[in-house]
Amino acid sequence: MTLINVRNLSVAYGANTVLRDVDLTVSPGEIVTIVGPNGSGKTSLLRAIIGATPPAQGSVDLKPQLKIGYVPQRLHIDQTLPITVERFMRLTDRASRNTCKDALDAAGVPDLLDRQMTQLSGGQFQRVLLARALINSPDILLLDEATQGLDQPGSAAFYRQIETVRAQTGCAILMISHDLHVVMSASDRVICLNGHVCCQGTPAFVASAPEYRALFGAGTGGALALYRHDHDQHHDHNRNAAE
Amino acid sequence: MLDDFMTRATLAGIGVACAAAPLGCFVVWRRMAYFGDATAHAAILGVALSLAFELSIFPGVLAVALIMALVVTQLAGRGYAMDTLLGVMAHSALAFGLVAVSFLSGIRIDLMAYLFGDILAVSRTDLLVIWGGAALVIGLITWRWSGLLASTLNEDLAHASGFDPRREQLILTLCLAITVAVAIKVVGVLLIAALLIIPAAAARVAARTPETMAAIAAVIGTVSAVVGLRGAYVLDTPAGPTIVCVAAIIFAALNLVRFRGHRPT
Repeated sequence: MTLINVRNLSVAYGANTVLRDVDLTVSPGEIVTIVGPNGSGKTSLLRAIIGATPPAQGSVDLKPQLKIGYVPQRLHIDQTLPITVERFMRLTDRASRNTCKDALDAAGVPDLLDRQMTQLSGGQFQRVLLARALINSPDILLLDEATQGLDQPGSAAFYRQIETVRAQTGCAILMISHDLHVVMSASDRVICLNGHVCCQGTPAFVASAPEYRALFGAGTGGALALYRHDHDQHHDHNRNAAE
Repeated sequence: MLDDFMTRATLAGIGVACAAAPLGCFVVWRRMAYFGDATAHAAILGVALSLAFELSIFPGVLAVALIMALVVTQLAGRGYAMDTLLGVMAHSALAFGLVAVSFLSGIRIDLMAYLFGDILAVSRTDLLVIWGGAALVIGLITWRWSGLLASTLNEDLAHASGFDPRREQLILTLCLAITVAVAIKVVGVLLIAALLIIPAAAARVAARTPETMAAIAAVIGTVSAVVGLRGAYVLDTPAGPTIVCVAAIIFAALNLVRFRGHRPT
């Protein structure tokens, strides 16, 4: 059974329609990535799925009792609000101190339990957000540009973490990403959005689609080529080391 | 025991302080400080209307404060700058209220009692209303605590976990109106916001989690009420303002201790 079934969805703010006729399904264990330029309705789509924006048309059906782990684009914690990492971990779910500790260990940020959230670095903060989203073993993880504000190695490490999570727990992942090269390596399916679904399919298919190239231009093609090159070389290195 | 006006006043002060503490934390976290002011100022209009229609003060103030809070919440969602909106609403409501009071011919009302409160005149019935309102506010906030906290941190995060941030906002608004309505007798319109914000702001210095902040704020509010009333009795000063002064001194002292503690040696 599909976890998320979006049919014929339109979303409008007043007279401004930001999404038209979007169809989208996510099956258990799948990694689906949404790409698209600024203002293409990526975040609106995610907000419609969690029920924060009512659909103007069409429907969003979630599997009954679907457990969602949500990692927002930005989370600002006001300086006036004292909250430790441990307390933040059980913001919406019951969890013991040990469960929180294990989740943080798994996320690669041990020993933070008693720190204040406002004292964390950007990378630590994002990893705590991810650990919190995972604490209740969700069926699906929703990530809205979760690596915004992280540097290249930081976001690469973050996405490796997500692949590990999928491998270990088998939870599905629906994410918005600007890191196109990451998208191409980690996703099962890519959806290219620009107010409507321009094209979708395997990463390789989308990358070669004319609609995608029209949106992201030749520069991206170059970056992709570079990345693939890197990727091959990396494997060669490993092979050499093994010999 | 309740025959003594000082005992009644102290119990009234503690009741308001305990309701104002957790609510005040949300007011501080959500940067709604002027929201409290606006709701409180609208209460004067409520007093005028209650007197005009010969109702008791509590339902009149509650209704006007609630309408005010709902109107502000609605308008704020439509792109008005919040501080401008509150400035317009708060002072218009206060002005209309004062003008409306002047039309009430034949009734001499002591406006000062509503602006600055008259805690020493608290009756047994008032006490019942105050503690009933306080229990309701504390109950509502405790019941919705997780949802309120999640919505305060991030609305989308709350949605994803099945909370409705608009409903949580409505509950806060309702609590604010109830608190204003019960506190008007104790500290008066002009100082209600102080009782909401100062204990919470002082508690921030010493707290590590949202729950401890609310608890410490309640302790600070209670101490302020007890010490303030005693001080007012001894020094022969107005009771409401003296309570707020004690809270302000606690705030200053806690911050002073923190700054000294952080100074490199």
